[in-house]
Amino acid sequence: MSIEYGLLVDYDYCTGCHTCEVACRKAHADWDGEGNFGIKILQDGPRELPDGKWEYNYLPMPTSLCDLCAERTAEGKPPSCVMHCPAHCLYFGTIDELSKLVAEKTHRALFTPYNE
Amino acid sequence: MNLDYYEKHKGEVEWQDGEYTVTRTTAWSGPGCHDGCGVLYYTKDGKLEKVEGDPENPFNQGTLCMRCLEMAEFVNNPTRLGHPMKRAGERGENKWEQITWDEALDIIEEKVRAIWRDYGPESIVCHIGTGRNNCDQIPYMAHAAFGTPNFSMGYLAGDSCFCPRSASMASMNGDFMIADMSQQFALRYDEENTEWRCPEVIVNWGCNAVVSNSDNFYGHWIVDCMQRGSKMITVDPALTWLAARSEYWLRVRPGTDAALALAMINVIISEDLYDHDFVEKWCYGFEELAEAAAEWTPEKAAEVCWVKADDIVGAARMYAKANPAAIQWGLKLDQTTNATATADAVNSLWAITGNVDNPGGNIIIRNAFDENLSYGYGYQLLSPEMQGKKLGAEFPLLSRAGYSSSAHADSVLAAIETGEPYPIRMVWMTSTNPIANMGADAPRVYRALKSVDFVVVNDLFMTPTAVAFADLVLPAAMSPERNSQRCWWVPNRTMKKVTQYEECVSDDDLVTMVGKRLKPENFPWDDNVGWINHILQYECNDKIPYRTFDEACQQVWAYPEFNYYKHEKGLLRMDGQPGFNTPTGRIELWNSNFALWGYDPVPHFKEPSCSPVSSPKLAEKYPLVLTTGARSFEFFHSEHRQEGTTSRELHPDPLFEMSPAAAAERGLEEGQWCWIENQRGRCRQRLHLNPTLDDRVVRAEHGWWFPETEGAEPHLYGVFDSNINNLIPQCENDDTGFGAPYANQLCQVYACTPENSKEMPSIRVTEVDGYSYEGANRSGNGYEGYPENKPE
Ligand code: SF4
Ligand code: SF4
Ligand code: SF4
Repeated sequence: MSIEYGLLVDYDYCTGCHTCEVACRKAHADWDGEGNFGIKILQDGPRELPDGKWEYNYLPMPTSLCDLCAERTAEGKPPSCVMHCPAHCLYFGTIDELSKLVAEKTHRALFTPYNE
Repeated sequence: MNLDYYEKHKGEVEWQDGEYTVTRTTAWSGPGCHDGCGVLYYTKDGKLEKVEGDPENPFNQGTLCMRCLEMAEFVNNPTRLGHPMKRAGERGENKWEQITWDEALDIIEEKVRAIWRDYGPESIVCHIGTGRNNCDQIPYMAHAAFGTPNFSMGYLAGDSCFCPRSASMASMNGDFMIADMSQQFALRYDEENTEWRCPEVIVNWGCNAVVSNSDNFYGHWIVDCMQRGSKMITVDPALTWLAARSEYWLRVRPGTDAALALAMINVIISEDLYDHDFVEKWCYGFEELAEAAAEWTPEKAAEVCWVKADDIVGAARMYAKANPAAIQWGLKLDQTTNATATADAVNSLWAITGNVDNPGGNIIIRNAFDENLSYGYGYQLLSPEMQGKKLGAEFPLLSRAGYSSSAHADSVLAAIETGEPYPIRMVWMTSTNPIANMGADAPRVYRALKSVDFVVVNDLFMTPTAVAFADLVLPAAMSPERNSQRCWWVPNRTMKKVTQYEECVSDDDLVTMVGKRLKPENFPWDDNVGWINHILQYECNDKIPYRTFDEACQQVWAYPEFNYYKHEKGLLRMDGQPGFNTPTGRIELWNSNFALWGYDPVPHFKEPSCSPVSSPKLAEKYPLVLTTGARSFEFFHSEHRQEGTTSRELHPDPLFEMSPAAAAERGLEEGQWCWIENQRGRCRQRLHLNPTLDDRVVRAEHGWWFPETEGAEPHLYGVFDSNINNLIPQCENDDTGFGAPYANQLCQVYACTPENSKEMPSIRVTEVDGYSYEGANRSGNGYEGYPENKPE
């Protein structure tokens, strides 16, 4: 199996704003109904660390519903979560492209939620 | 993969996408917020199906927050108001009879003419909610159609949302100043082709910017700057997401920000970190400021503010040494009885460090193309005699000095209660729900509005305010149902109508319809588009690139030219000389306008009116400091509460926060429903443990009502049950009239039990005697029974 596309999160900058969740739902007209999101925000903290600093991170995690916006990308539109993220911390691309981005900076996570 | 769809449609304002028509425009609440982001509306058969961000719009660059993304849930909501209605039963019974617009206008005309005849136009008052795209239209209706000087926000105590800061800025600098995140350039973060520089340091003070998006500042711009290297300082009683990423988080005691700012000024001056050149050339009254700040040692401020002295010193040094540094400030600085002095102190920080109109600092901003309508629109149509009747005349800074173009909301409330200086016979409210929020003392506003003869409520949904008071309910159009244009700073923006819901009418059209009945000479246009054309032709300078609404729709937005260092270039003063638009031509650290009207010309700290320090006796019973009104992503104040929407799915219940230790001391657990109570009243919310809070501080949400529950009294959609404004006083302002203590009260917290929940607050307010009613009067501040705690 060879996975072509993925979703990269720079979780240094995710503010937990819910935009990706809602943008995702709205990009899938048939997903009406509670709980249907292709991506969900996980939260760690706020927690005090031994050095007195605070850990407080959000991590948007694609769910099993995520289809990497197959319909949108076929029309030439970027995935809805990526386009709408106000923190510009989501990236869509090939695994090759995204691996390069991962190598550029810490606190990045690469997801492979879907393969055609 | 070729993702060039939006690129391909660049420059188009309308196109077909399968079965959808896509329209490029902007959105402005309601529903939404203060900001006016660029959107793409997807409509099918005249119905709004979907909203996307507009990647071409420099303001939000294709992004959106969840509220505009879910807009269709509100636009197509079956519980919306769709027709004009008149009251069929008693007030509070929630019984209505549908009428035509003509009948509604007949009723309004008849009532207004009777009030003109029997009392005078000043007996009519108009209100709006915050951030709406009606802050030109409804003031114009008040002044130009009704002929009253009394327009104000919906019982917003002390005008304490931006107005205190704007009065300070206008008097100190002669202009408004905002943090420079490149928002004035269509090219945005392009440092090669603009003069913009990324701030080295950003201070986020008194608002959680990424959540609140307040004052036309899209909070995630800060995140954009962090990705370009900005370091952060955050001043907030709780650890916000930005605070967790800050070099310094100053966990300030609510309401003591002025002391903190004075201490920072003191550090910067005494360590010689201030900008000598700028101070010498462009500031007035530096010695006096230095003297006022001298007593504020970091140690003294640490004690007052509950912040570590070392952190105050560290933050002051970091801010002063950065070049450039920007301060993005927020609402909480307004919500004290020391509001204007607090704003003066923070404004002084950017002045003495020379972060004034420099790239990446705090820039001087004016409304695009000089379109300055807002709350004063049409005021000049009133006779001087009528202008002199504006409520709040006892506060010269608001009235005579002209730093406020609205009536003083607390004075309006007092006039309703007392009939002094004249009776109020009619209240018009457009998209404001003051007993849900904004009215500081919600039960008191409830009692007062019940006594007004004629009340019109014009809103998106049936609200507790409409049920409790309205004689007429008029359905308001939402943003995608309106042709409109708007600016707040920059750019000038166009809103294009793409859909219609039932008989909803836009604010622009409603005001025109009412105005034509009453004073047609002031309404020489036929409809919304005619009015917009009038504004574009007569209320803007000649640099605006479009003069008709049709042309504007082709362009959607327009940025004016922007210059840095305008004071050096003679671009600020009427006389064309270099300098600032103040009496001395300099930034007045010693504020001569304040001095003229008898107020302290240099910043000072005043202890919050109700605190463990000012009210020790009260604090024995109510030991926790209460701050209110922090925003959440899901809501814009009392908006977005409708059942079944994504907002309510993600945020079903009202939440308050306290530290785990404070909760454990009271035997309380995460998620538990608790009573928050003080000497004024109580409300219930669910506990969320927040380990970042000081054990002495509680934060509670505002704006809660439950549209899915019974609307008729006594329940009123539960508007009083979780209403933190059962605990907040009204008519308790700074002596300037500005500012009110929404965010610094005392309280106690205990678990809800069946026994102690028998009398719910909604029953108490609507059927018994409300809260703090005994002796409530002009100064009815809830200290009855605790006279020893009455603030001086
Ligand atoms: S939209 Fe972006 S910032 Fe907001 S929660 Fe999702 S990933 Fe985080
Ligand atoms: S890529 Fe598309 S389907 Fe997947 S989470 Fe993002 S918006 Fe949802
Ligand atoms: S900031 Fe959010 S709610 Fe406000 S206009 Fe922009 S997207 Fe809409």
